[in-house]
Formats: sequence, C-alpha cells, structure tokens
Amino acid sequence: MALKIVKGSIDRMFDKNLQDLVRGIRNHKEDEAKYISTCIDEIKQELKQDNIAVKANAVCKLTYLQMLGYDVSWAAFNIVEVMSSSKFTYKRIGYLAASQCFHESTDVIMLTTNQIRKDLSSPNQYDTGVALTGLSCFVTPDLARDLANDIMTLMSHTKPYIRKKAVLIMYKVFLKYPESLRPAFPRLKEKLEDPDPGVQSAAVNVICELARRNPKNYLSLAPLFFKLMTSSTNNWVLIKIIKLFGALTPLEPRLGKKLIEPLTNLIHSTSAMSLLYECVNTVIAVLISLSSGMPNHSASIQLCVQKLRILIEDSDQNLKYLGLLAMSKILKTHPKSVQSHKDLILQCLDDKDESIRLRALDLLYGMVSKKNLMEIVKKLMLHVDKAEGTTYRDELLTKIIDICSQSNYQYITNFEWYISILVELTRLEGTRHGHLIASQMLDVAIRVKAIRAFAVAQMATLLDNAHLLTGNTQRNGICEVLYAAAWICGEFSEHLEDPLSTLEAMLRPKVATLPGHIQAVYVQNAAKLFATVLRGQEGAPADRTVAQETSQLLIDRLPLFVQSANLEVQERASCILQLVKYIQKLQQKDVEVAEEVTALFAGELNPVAPKAQKKVPVPEGLDLDAWINEPPSESESEDEGRKPKGKAVFAKEESKHTKPRYTEVDEKELAKRREVRKAEQANNPFYIKASPSSQKVYQDGVGVEHIPVVQIDLSVPLKVPDQYVKLEEERRQKDKADKKKKDKKKRREKGEKGRRRKGDSGPESEEDITPAHMVDITTEEMPENALPSDDDEKDPNDPHKALDIDLDKPLADSEKKLPVRTHRPDEVLRSPVDDGEGVEVVPELKKKSGKEKKDKKKDKDRKKSKEEKKKKKHKHEEGENLMGAGSEVPVQSEDSNEVAAPPPATTTNEEAAKVSEAPSASTPEAVSGMAVVPPDSEPEEAKDTEPEDTKSSKHKKKKQKKEKEEKEKKKKKKHHHHHHHSDGAGDESVQNGNVEEEEPLPPMSNYALLAENSYIKMMCDIQGNLQDGSQVVVSVIFENKCDSFIKAMEFNVLDSLNSKLQRPEGAGPHDGLTVPFQLPPGISNEARFVFSVQSIVMPQKLKGTLTFIVKTDDSSTHEKLDFKLHFTCTSYLITTPCYSDAYAKLLESGDLKGSSLKLEGVSQPFHHLLARICFHHHFSVVERIGSCASMYSRSIQGHHVCLLVKTADQTVSIDAKCDEPGLLGNVLDEIKLTFSQC
Amino acid sequence: MIKAILIFNNHGKPRLIRFYEYFAEDLQQQIIRETFHLVSKRDDNVCNFLEGGSLIGGSDYKLIYRHYATLYFVFCVDSSESELGILDLIQVIIFFILVFVETLDKCFENVCELDLIFHMDKVHYILQEVVMGGMVLETNMNEIVGQVELQNRMEKSEGGFSAAPARAVSAVKNMNLPEMPRNINIGDINIKVPSLSPF
Repeated sequence: MALKIVKGSIDRMFDKNLQDLVRGIRNHKEDEAKYISTCIDEIKQELKQDNIAVKANAVCKLTYLQMLGYDVSWAAFNIVEVMSSSKFTYKRIGYLAASQCFHESTDVIMLTTNQIRKDLSSPNQYDTGVALTGLSCFVTPDLARDLANDIMTLMSHTKPYIRKKAVLIMYKVFLKYPESLRPAFPRLKEKLEDPDPGVQSAAVNVICELARRNPKNYLSLAPLFFKLMTSSTNNWVLIKIIKLFGALTPLEPRLGKKLIEPLTNLIHSTSAMSLLYECVNTVIAVLISLSSGMPNHSASIQLCVQKLRILIEDSDQNLKYLGLLAMSKILKTHPKSVQSHKDLILQCLDDKDESIRLRALDLLYGMVSKKNLMEIVKKLMLHVDKAEGTTYRDELLTKIIDICSQSNYQYITNFEWYISILVELTRLEGTRHGHLIASQMLDVAIRVKAIRAFAVAQMATLLDNAHLLTGNTQRNGICEVLYAAAWICGEFSEHLEDPLSTLEAMLRPKVATLPGHIQAVYVQNAAKLFATVLRGQEGAPADRTVAQETSQLLIDRLPLFVQSANLEVQERASCILQLVKYIQKLQQKDVEVAEEVTALFAGELNPVAPKAQKKVPVPEGLDLDAWINEPPSESESEDEGRKPKGKAVFAKEESKHTKPRYTEVDEKELAKRREVRKAEQANNPFYIKASPSSQKVYQDGVGVEHIPVVQIDLSVPLKVPDQYVKLEEERRQKDKADKKKKDKKKRREKGEKGRRRKGDSGPESEEDITPAHMVDITTEEMPENALPSDDDEKDPNDPHKALDIDLDKPLADSEKKLPVRTHRPDEVLRSPVDDGEGVEVVPELKKKSGKEKKDKKKDKDRKKSKEEKKKKKHKHEEGENLMGAGSEVPVQSEDSNEVAAPPPATTTNEEAAKVSEAPSASTPEAVSGMAVVPPDSEPEEAKDTEPEDTKSSKHKKKKQKKEKEEKEKKKKKKHHHHHHHSDGAGDESVQNGNVEEEEPLPPMSNYALLAENSYIKMMCDIQGNLQDGSQVVVSVIFENKCDSFIKAMEFNVLDSLNSKLQRPEGAGPHDGLTVPFQLPPGISNEARFVFSVQSIVMPQKLKGTLTFIVKTDDSSTHEKLDFKLHFTCTSYLITTPCYSDAYAKLLESGDLKGSSLKLEGVSQPFHHLLARICFHHHFSVVERIGSCASMYSRSIQGHHVCLLVKTADQTVSIDAKCDEPGLLGNVLDEIKLTFSQC
Repeated sequence: MIKAILIFNNHGKPRLIRFYEYFAEDLQQQIIRETFHLVSKRDDNVCNFLEGGSLIGGSDYKLIYRHYATLYFVFCVDSSESELGILDLIQVIIFFILVFVETLDKCFENVCELDLIFHMDKVHYILQEVVMGGMVLETNMNEIVGQVELQNRMEKSEGGFSAAPARAVSAVKNMNLPEMPRNINIGDINIKVPSLSPF
C-alpha cells in the first residue's frame, strides 16, 4: 500500500497539470481533437490512482475540457471522490467540477447528500462556503429536501460569509423544494434586517426574485421594503427593491402613490446612473398603474422624461439605449410628453449603433401625427436608402408600413403619397417583406376608392417594369408586389388609361418565371383586362380589329400558361383560353360580346373583416333553429357575400341602407355579449387570476366595476365614433388650409378623398367592419389579443399588458412551487403503474394561467378546512369518542417517534407565532395603507400544531401561552422532513403575515384525523372545487405508522344519493380507487379524491373503507380501516374576497334571506373570533369597524353568504343572510359548534 | 437572475463558462458560438446591451457584455437585473482578475488572455465570491478580495495544489506567442476603483 502511494506520487511528477494541458492544446492547433483524446486517456489513468492529489488534478483538467465542450459526465463518480477530500484545496476542485457538470439527472448526486451535509456543518467556514456555492449550481429536489434544514440552520450562522451564502441558496432550494418556503420564510424575512449588509443584500435578492414571480404574495412586505428603501445606502439593494416595487405597484396603486415622493427624491439626489435609471423606471410603472385615476402627476412624468432626455443625450451609448428603452414605456401612456422630444429621437435614428436606431424606431411608432407623418416617413426613407444590412433595412420597411397603417391609416392624409411610398419601397432589393407591401397596396386600393385611379396607374407602371423587380435572378420576396399590382390593374381596370398595353405587359413570356400564385393572378386578371379592352373598343366599332387582335394576343400567349407546372395557373389559363377562343369565334361573326364578357367580372369586391360573417345580424323574424325550407331573405345574405350576383348598382345601394342597421344591432349585440362575458369573467377563477384587481371581482354584476377589462371593452366601440369626429374635424381644417396651399389641385383631390372616405366607402366597408373586427377580438375572451389592436392612448390597457407578462412567467416557476408537485416524482417512482389512474383529478393541469392562483386558493382553503377538521377531531375525542380508545396512544407514539429526529431550527416557531398575529390586520384599511392584507390570512405552522393539538386538546381552554411554549418545545424535537405535507400547504399565508401589535392568535391547523389504526393513519381535508359547483376534493394524507411496507391501498366510499366518489371510467359504482402509491415505513403521502355532490345545502357523512396489504419480510396481511367522511356545509364554501360597495349592493338586492345567531360567553378577542370564522368557515372580512365586522363567502354553487358579526361583553351576535336558507342554517350551526369548542 | 457568464476571446474560444442553469455540453458550445457571433460583429463604441440570443433565454433575457483586451465578458441576465449594475459588475470582475494576476505574478500587469487560459479554476473561484447560483452575492470589493485571499492562503497552507502557477508562468514566458498583445495599459479600461463601490 505504502509502495503504491509512493509510486503514485512519483507518477504524479510526470502528470500534466491544467497548465500543461492548456499549453499542450495550444501547441496542437492542427490536431487538437486527437491531442485531447490522448489527454482524456491519461486522465482516465490518473483517475484510477488512489492518490487524491492525482485525482484532483485530473478532475481539474476535466473541468477545463468540459468548458471546451467535452462531455465529462463519465467521471462524475471521481468528482464526488474529490469533493469528499478532507483538504480544502481538493474539495474546492471537486465542487467546481461538480458545479460545472452535474445536473438533475446525474445519478451520483444521490451519493453526495451526506458529504454535503458534512461540509455544511464543517468548522471551517470555507468548506461550508464551497459546499454552498457548489450546491447552488446542482441542487436537485432530493438534495433540497434533505438539506433544507441544514441550510436553514446556516442562515443563522455566526459568520456573515456563511449567512449570506445560505440565504442566497435558499432561493434555489425553494425552487426545487417549494414546501420549504413556508417554514423558511420568517427567517428569510428576518435576514432583511441583518446587521451585515451582505446578508441583507442576499435576503433582498432572494425575496425580490420570489416576488417577481408572484408579486401578490409579497405585497405585505411592502412596508418593510419601504423602510429599507429609505434607509439603505447600498445601491445594489436599492435597485433590487425599486425593481420589486415596480412589480408590486400594478397590484396596489396605493403603494404607487406612496412611492412617488421618495423615488422622486432619489432621482434628484443620486449620482449613480444605474439607480437613477431604475427609479425612473419604477416611477413610470407607478404612473402607468395610476394613470387611469390620477391625472395630476404630470410633474413626475415631466421629471422622468427630462431625466431620460439627459440619458439619451449622453455620449455613453449604454445610457442612450436605456433612455430610449424607458421612453418607450412612457410612450404607451403619456405619448404627449414623449412627442415633445421628437427631435432627439429622430436624431437617434442617425446613430451609428443599430440597437439604438431600433429603439428609436420603436418610439417613432407612437409619435407620428397627421402633421408629421410625411416628414418622419421621408426621413425613414432616407435611412432605407442608406441602410447597409438587410435586417435593419427590413426593420425600417416594416416600421414605415406599421407607422403608416396604424389604426386604419389614421394619420395618412394623402393616400397618393402613401401609394408612391409603397411603390418606392418596391425598389428595395432582397427584402423579405414583399408580401407586406403587396397587402398594403391591395388594402389601400380596395378601401380608398378615390385613390384607385392613381393606384392603378402606378401599378400599371410597376407591371410594365416588372423586369426591374424580378431581374435579379435571386428569388427575392419583392415580386410579391406584382401579385398586388396585377390584381389591382385587373380589378379596377376601368381606371386604366391604356388597358391594352397593360394586358400586353401581363402576358409577357417572362411572367412564366414568377411564382405560381402570382402567375395565377396574372392570368385571371388578364381576362379582366381583356373584358375591359373589349368594352372600350366596342364604343367605336371602327376599331373592331383591335378587339380581335387582343383576342389573338391572348390566344397566342395563354398556351404558355396552360403548360405551367402550377395547377392553379394551368387550370385558369386553359379555362380562359377556351373562353377567348369562343369569343374570337363570336367576334368573327360580328357579334357584340363586350357586355357578356364584362358581366363575367361584374360587381365589386368589398373588404370583409375575417370575422365579419359572424357579425351578420339575424334578420327579424328569422329563427335560425327552424330553418327548414324557409330560405333566409336574399338581400341580407347578398350584402355580405363577396360577389353579389345582381348588378353592381344594386349591390351598392343595398349595402348603403343596410349598413346603419348593421352597426346598430351589432352594438346591441355587443353589449349583450359584453354582459355575458362580464358575468363569465366574474365567475371564472382563471380569469380573475389574470386580472390585476383580481381579488375584487367575484360576484356577478356586483363587483364588475372593479374590472379594468370592462373599461377596455367600452372604449373600443367608442373609438369608432371618435374616429369619425376626428376625421371630420381634420377634413374641415384641411379644406380651409388647402386654399392657402400651393398645390391646389392635389389638395382638392385629397379633400374629396377624405369626404368620400367618410361618407361613402367608410360606412360601406372599412369604417364599420374594421372596428367590428377589433371588438370581435375582445369578445372572444381573449383580452390579451385585443390589446395590440388598441392604440397607445388607451391607458387602462397597460396595467394589463404588464400583468399578462407577469402572469405568464410565474407559471413555469409556480409549477415547481406546487406543494403537491414535488410528491409526484416520488409517487411515480413508487408505483409508476398506478399513477395514471386519474385518482387525483384535481384540475391542476387544466389551465396554465389559472393554475397558480388556484392552487394557492386551494392551499388556503385546505388549510382552513384542515383546521376545521382538527376541531372536529377534538370534538370526537372528547365527546363521542368516535376514534375509540386507541386514539390517544398512537398520538403519543408518534410524538416519541419525532423526538428521535434531529433538531431543526428553533427560531422558526417563534417566527411563526409572530406571523400568526397577522389576522389582526385583516381589515383592508389597516397598516399604513400600503399593505394589502387578504383578510383570510391565517399563517400557521399547520403540521406543527397537529400532534400538539391532538395531545393537548383536552386542555384546549387553558391559556394559549402555555400551549405555545409547549409547542415550541415540541418543534425543537421535530424533524422537518415529516412535515412537508402541511408545511407546503400555503406559502401565501406566511408571506401575508403582517406583524401587528395585537395579541397572537392560537395556532390553527387544517388536516383532520380521518381514521387510524396501528398500521396507518389517515388525515383528511375537504374543499370545494371552485370551477365545478358539483365537485368536492378530498385530500387524504396516508401515513405509515408501522415498520412494514404498506401497499395495494384501495380507497372506497359507499356513495349516497347525493354524493358520489368519482371513479375512473369503466369502474363499477362500488369499486374502490387504488391509491397511487405505496408507503415504506414511516413515510406519508397524499392522494386526492374527487366527489361529485348534488345538493350542498345539507351536511353529509359518507362511510368508507381503506383496504391495504401490510408486507413484512416473511409475510403479508390484508388489513382494512373504516372511516367516516364528514362533508360539512362550510366545506362547500370558498373564501371569496368582496368589496364593500359590492357587498352593500348585494345586501340591498333583497334576494337574501336572513337568520341570526347568538353566542354567549365568548371570551376571545374579536380579531381571533374573526380569524376563526375566516379560517374555519372560509369567510373573508369585508369591512371591520370597531367591534363589528361584515364578512362574506360564497359556496361552490354560487350562493352568497353574508355575515354581520358584532361583539359586546362576551356576547357575539351574528346576523347572517344567504340566498339559500338551508345552507345558511347549517353554516351557522357549524360556526356555533366551532365556538362551543374553544 | 444571471443565467450564464461567458468569457471568450476574439476568436470565440471559450475561456471561462459558467451556466447557472443546466445545458448539455453541445448546447453550451452552441450558445457560446451564437453569443460570439452576436457580440463580435459589434463595434466597440456601440452600446453594451443586446437583446437575447435565441438559444439562451428568450425575450426576457439580455446579453450584457464588455470587450476588454482580447476578451469578451458576457453576462446573460433577465429583467430582474439592472443593466448598468451588471455592467459595473463586469468591471468589478475584470478588476479582480487584474488583482489576481498581480498577486499571481508581478510580471503580468494586465488581464490578458493567458492568465485566464492557464488559471481558469482560479478565475472561477473569484467569480464564485461575486456571483452565486445566478444571483449577485457580494459587491463590496474589499470583502471579495479578503475572502479570495483567505481561501488562497488556506490552499497554500495545505501545501498548494501544485507549483503550477509559477511553472505555467515561466513556461509562458519562454513561449513565443506573437498574437498576444504585449502592452495593454490598465488605463485603457476606465476602472476607477473608488467609483466602483457606489457603482
């Protein structure tokens, strides 16, 4: 052995170290790969040595090779070996390598748990530090779960160096093991005020990162952050906090108001550009969130714009870029303030830096007006000419078109100008946006009738010069323009001066090289032109030869297209060819054919919005459901049809008089839809979630004023008339101005155009259809989509925009955060077969956007009913003694089990107790107006209290203090790991916790004992399903209490008429459900079962059985456990916040029936009382004034339940109203029961 | 959050990579290539922000970089980081590498690629004191210097990993590497140490 070591160290002298390796690679530039492969072989040899120094050296080299892209995962085990070296030098190398190449699927990670734990508790702070740093890069859910406690302990380490790393890594732990968030949060919060700035900064960092994904949960920390913001001098911390506020303000405008002043001060005082910039950004965010209600912040806006101007004018390109970036945010809400800096922004267009030019372009979009459009576009056109790279040029091109076409060409006063710009743009070589130009040409030519003559002339020129566009052999997108040109010339050929030559141009052999779809249009429109030529010639019979020559031309040229490889071209060409041949025959017989030929293409094509068809009003007296043999009235359908068969004259008239009716009805219909949608939104939990003021929106109709979306909806229809007015004004002004201008002729044309647009083409097509189209999008339940179609002036949109983004992001994150989620992998491991069973029908995966909030709700609810169950359990134990004599014993044994577990952090519990004061702040107006405290926030360490409660239940009436002490003791003994089910139950409550000075609440917990025997214990929690009024979800925790493996668990319930267990399809009504996991000794896991319930008015009990197999080493036995599921009426209630005005309306409506309840001898403080009602019975406080509070809740089937709770001299009177008296009675009974127990 | 820190040279050769999110090796190389492609075609006098590459991040991510001597220092960050703050952080890191180089061997006066090439591990250790798991750990220069120093001292007290640095340096001195810039003044980069702490 000794010899071996000596040999190893001698070998080592010849080993390459990292530097040698690098040098070698540099010296083998020619055959690098080969050299490296020999090096890898050497490394493999080195790794086989017993000498740790050799191994470390090899691992170090591998780290370098990993950087070069070599997969070194094969050496993972060796890396672990090096990590576990006792020498810091090697350990550090090992951890570095691990952090570079370990990831979740690296299987040796499992082996590292103990090593890391050892390092974490090492007396050497750098061992700990290195372990923390490494862990931060490769932490897996398993590692997070196993080490969460150790890291939490380190958060209170004496060395700040360790503390800050421990705090920071908690974020990663939360991500991987969401259940840890709740228990760790109090300590994390505490670290915000750590004496060490580094630790403080780390805590801010973590909380900001958490809050960014889920801002709502952190609103309650606002006062604390506010304090930090005004006291901290660390710019990093300040920036983080200010950024966080930027995310919070959209949720809480009152916060914004408070922020403006300190932020303004900072803006004035700071010399750090980064801080200044973030302040400006957050002020902008605040102003955006306030903009609807508070117009008098122009000073702040001015300040921001002014500061941004300074940034933009700075010679530092970075500041310039950021200035423009922030400016574009202001632009959305306060375009006017930005417009005054047009000069500066135009200047930025000349910047040499492309990023800056692109930013400036973005800004231009919002800055155009009728007055400056031409000027701006002219400038852009100059840039197009100068632009070197095609990407930037394409960007310019799309921007020009965007700018011009925005809101229905709102800013274009002269369409001739626009057409010529478009034609100009076709000169661009190699652009990808030919189709964009083409569609603009078509759009303008179709919608703006007055422009057609001009457009046709221009298009004819284009067609004539088609070779210029296609001359370049490289297929560029610009030839798409010819598609538009050909169609316009054909369709509006009556405006052509010389149709014959255009026809000739369209039939040139060169055309055959164009893409098929363009050729097809050429052929079709050649036929249209042919018709025009014929008609033109027939007026003058002398020129009959011309007509015949034209036919001959077609007959000569068309065969080329008949041979086309493109089917469409072929078909059209051969069709038309035959037609022309026939016409030629007729011509030879001197028959007048022009009229017939023209009739082929008679009628006008009008633009139709993509969804216009849906908007067609149902004529009076027409029942669409009874359509048999009753043809709908012709005229209606023809309006809308693209090609009316009647004569063009008629079609026009018809559309004129049908039109007003069309919009009118439409408007009504819209209103109706809007109502329906409002109702739907109000009821739709997913929707609510997406709204910034989500909490406010719950009752149908009543709380609707709170929905910002409504404002959008209203404003959209309004926009149309508004536009009209503007147009009219514009036109008048222009007419006046026109006289003064030089180019009278042109102007007159334009004036006429405007008039016609408004009076004629407008009503007929574009003006009504386009807005209808926009409205349509909004009515599609897709408010996000509606946004782009709205203009920048619409302030209410912007909080939404910001919020939409906000919501999308947290999803990925919150998926990880679901408390149940992390169990899943375990379950899958344990019984992959059963997993697909669909027992857990909880609608977790239903809707992405909805998920996060819903889950939180669920958590909350579950927590509450958990607590409620707890109470019930006590009752059972004390009164009926339902659980039998055994119940006391197992609890004890459980306790003793836990004593054995390693000690967790001690302070947590105090922390929790502190947090549990939160409910005292339940009234919305509490705490400096900054913190929004959901009234139902009942933070507690649910699991903690469980055994405690059970044990001490008989002494419940004793002082809470004693209980708390006891609990603390217990907590010390308890292993964290055991708790994760209930710990994860609600992050929210902890974070919502708002420390107030009122007396602390006794802990309340959620899961109630369902049944237990010596093998297994079942805890359950019942909660209503918000989406489905007939569903109740029962979450059951199964805990294996024996030393044997429990498997093949089957959960079965005897259905009643009213309540049924939902079984997978194909299962019989009496079949049990397989629990989708097995339980090793001491392990607990949770399964969910869905019940369908018909009536929720009465409480119910269901009998059920759990059967399972206990497997020991040598035998296995079948066991069963009976239980009784108790569905109380409160488990059908769902905590639903309600606003006081909505609440008042609800009470006024008179639909509710009253009832009341008196409780005598209630000694607890009023806020405890409210908290209990909130927690146990799923109510939320609407308003609290002194010793009187109004509360609200809603059942899963939408019954409103309102309570007025008053207290005086130990007497509590509750007046209640509900639209379902039966339900109310039962709920009141249950409330009474709750209080009789405590 | 910082998603990745990439340091590569003017030719796109990686000198130090640190991903705070898992990417397979080939994807990492692809990201480096893409980033290099994006960054290298930009002039030195344009702004230091780039809206993200397609491989790493997405719309919420930005590339913030500095070009120093022959090296590009690129940070890929999301919107929770302050752009200017990160720029300063890069400055700080460059400064540390300078400090490190100085302590390593007096004969190098500037960050040049060689130091990074031969001491990638050391640079990693410095970086670890500044950024951890994608989050900025420490911005106080003295604190960082102190911790790095202490750890290096610890390593020395254990006998050192090897006599490598000295050997490497001497080897480099003996090598003829014409493409290496000989004289890069520290003055080229405007590191004003006192101005770093308030940014």
